[in-house]
Amino acid sequence: MAFAAFSTAEQVEQKPRRRSRIALLLLLPGILYLALFFLVPLVALLMTSLQAPVEFGDIGEYETAFRWENYQTVISLYGEHIIRSFTYAVLATIFALLFSYPLAYFIGVVARPWPLLQKLMLVMVIAPFFISFLLRTLAWKQLLADESPIVTGLKALSLLAPDAHVTGTAFSVVFGLTYNFIPFMTLPLFASLERLDTRLLEAGGDLYAKPATTFFKVTVPLSMPGIVAGVLLTFIPAAGDYINASSAFLGGSSTAMIGNVIESNFLVVLNYPSAAALSIILMAAILVMVTVYVKRSGTEELL
Amino acid sequence: MKRWSLGKWLLPTYAGLALLFLLVPIAYTFVFSFNDSIKSNISWRGFTLNNWLNVCAKQDVCEAFGNSLLVGVVATIIATTLGTMIAIALVRYRFRFRSSISLLLFLPMATPEVVLGAGLAAEFLTAGVQKGIVTIIIAHTMFCISFVVVTVKARVASLDPSLEEAGRDLYGSPRQVFWRITFPLLLPGIVAAALLSFALSFDDFIITSFNSGTATTFPKFIYTAAARGIPAEANVIASAVFILAIVLVIGQQVTSALRAKRTGALR
Repeated sequence: MAFAAFSTAEQVEQKPRRRSRIALLLLLPGILYLALFFLVPLVALLMTSLQAPVEFGDIGEYETAFRWENYQTVISLYGEHIIRSFTYAVLATIFALLFSYPLAYFIGVVARPWPLLQKLMLVMVIAPFFISFLLRTLAWKQLLADESPIVTGLKALSLLAPDAHVTGTAFSVVFGLTYNFIPFMTLPLFASLERLDTRLLEAGGDLYAKPATTFFKVTVPLSMPGIVAGVLLTFIPAAGDYINASSAFLGGSSTAMIGNVIESNFLVVLNYPSAAALSIILMAAILVMVTVYVKRSGTEELL
Repeated sequence: MKRWSLGKWLLPTYAGLALLFLLVPIAYTFVFSFNDSIKSNISWRGFTLNNWLNVCAKQDVCEAFGNSLLVGVVATIIATTLGTMIAIALVRYRFRFRSSISLLLFLPMATPEVVLGAGLAAEFLTAGVQKGIVTIIIAHTMFCISFVVVTVKARVASLDPSLEEAGRDLYGSPRQVFWRITFPLLLPGIVAAALLSFALSFDDFIITSFNSGTATTFPKFIYTAAARGIPAEANVIASAVFILAIVLVIGQQVTSALRAKRTGALR
């Protein structure tokens, strides 16, 4: 599992596993629960995505059918939202990685002689989790609003055009996505860098490698499991997020992502088949991208 | 060596600034919980303690908060129980379809929330289930189970089996061995999993919004209020929850550091 990168617990030699009926009793309730409320919903989603509107029916009334053209319709209607979602998510993932790597390196490698400082800094990294996701996003909305000190300051310094806005733009949405998912990137990076053997870095230097060469040839490859886990944990929720891009938060009318479209189709206009078809497309695209990414980065054992 | 000294200061400075950056919205939320706001809590109008003293003056905030607590506690209890059972089975027993079961546990974590939410909502729609608090609990339990399994599994895997063997050698019945030895040793992992579940459930908005019908939770209240302005009472609740969580986490870190020191001294 991608989360294996998180577990720093050492594996104690286990006795060969027993085969027993107890295993079945232990597994059955949880597995049935997931089957009923995770797998069946996916089937329900697939079936809903192929439904056709009831003839002369009310809004939100659909019947079982095999309308594959639902998929063509949503792709032609919302193709740009799909592309935008993945663009924003890729950008946010890259920014989060660039932001987190030096931070995680400092906490995990440089600060090793001071365990208390390490712990304190880790608490600060996860601190944003303890305040509501929506409130911290709204806080950025106020901080980046047109009349906020930050924005007026930037305008006074002519770093920003006088009529420019920060909120409601692609910039602020990517900024929000990056901010909100940074801890998901920093934690697995830290878990992986924490175990980095610094003698290998010294060896690189002894062999006349420049610091940059040592970094890219030794440090980065050794922290690859953390990078992969962090990228997945950031990219997946960012691609499906619709809070940051919503116009009540950091987005505007031109920043709607696939999640916004799914939400409004499902909960507002009651166009269930479109919402379901988009969900299936989102999930399929993510599964394909994740599989390709994990295969190419050579860390298949993570899954 | 000039480069070294530059590098020596660059990274700590960056790390400090980066951590401060992460805390900015938290500080903002906390400061504005003291704002003497009238309707929307956007511009600073002066310091007051009223919001903290009369949190429930805006009844709907408190009601939403109460619902969130209820949902979080019930979903955590169910998810922790089911997830711990699975984790023990995964580490301790052999069974068929192991890889399919691992996949089934991994997929909910790799699925975007909007798909989980829409899928469950589609199921409830097809089955004609009325959405409310119960469907929110069902949804939260579902996405918490996998996280519990991952957390507890690490603990089970690091458990020394010879301790349980010793219990059996001393004629402990399987039940006694489990409740007197295995369970207490697993407890820190189970508690961590429960706290994680509760935090995930408490802050969830996306899955909730698809499966809540007219019932509100704290995040859903904020989302609905966002367009017309959040009352300062919401900041109060969020700040109080934040302080409580931080105290719990730091307390846990300190006790674990002390315990490590003590066992280190014993060796």
